[in-house]
Amino acid sequence: MTWLLVAAVVGSTVACDLLQSWDMKRHGEVHDFRPSRIAALFARWPLALSVVFMAISFFAFLSLLAREDLSFAVPATAASLVLETLLAQWILKENVSVRRWAGALMVAAGVALLARS
Amino acid sequence: MPMDANRNRDAARGKTALFVALVVLSNTFGNLALSVGMKGAAGSLFASLANAWVLAGIALLVFWTLARMTLLSWADLTFVLPVTSIGYVLNALLGRFVLGEQISGERWLGTLLIAGGTTLAGLTKPGTQR
Repeated sequence: MTWLLVAAVVGSTVACDLLQSWDMKRHGEVHDFRPSRIAALFARWPLALSVVFMAISFFAFLSLLAREDLSFAVPATAASLVLETLLAQWILKENVSVRRWAGALMVAAGVALLARS
Repeated sequence: MPMDANRNRDAARGKTALFVALVVLSNTFGNLALSVGMKGAAGSLFASLANAWVLAGIALLVFWTLARMTLLSWADLTFVLPVTSIGYVLNALLGRFVLGEQISGERWLGTLLIAGGTTLAGLTKPGTQR
């Protein structure tokens, strides 16, 4: 059950982050922080959909925290970084260098180590 | 003008550093508040939403979301993810010293690998979308 919850957190976090990154770039830099302007951002469908994925991620994370230590739950969900690096390169067309890839693989190794403990 | 260019670059760096700090601190303390709230919560998942710690955690994570969205409006996702990774180490330290959680040697090593890997990625040029 623990790893099912980790998978739910990772999957929904990846979907949320890709949608937010993609649409915030399309929107452009935020200069106006009035609540009405911030609220208007969520009328954009990708950001509204990202909130749905964020809610799934949040409740899965809450369930995970109810079962596991914070010092396990937070790093275990870091597996999302590897997936997001892959998808940011393919979908968002970001330039990801070899060094950045090496970092993502170190993260994967750290997550694998947590799974053994 | 070179001086104007330097000033603009410094301002952009300062703004990025400010938002990175806001993202890291709101996420770290938001997770801590949620963890305290969920450990003490009894009953269903939805009933735990009445817990003051859980509510404080939610407020911090709403702030985290807005700060992160703002940062993502000019920075790459593959830049934001690594530079905010110091939160993993802060969470482990808070778990150990504030919540009194037991952390094995393997778990410390895993946490350090994650922090090291994300820092390595963060040292790269932020890059731009093709």
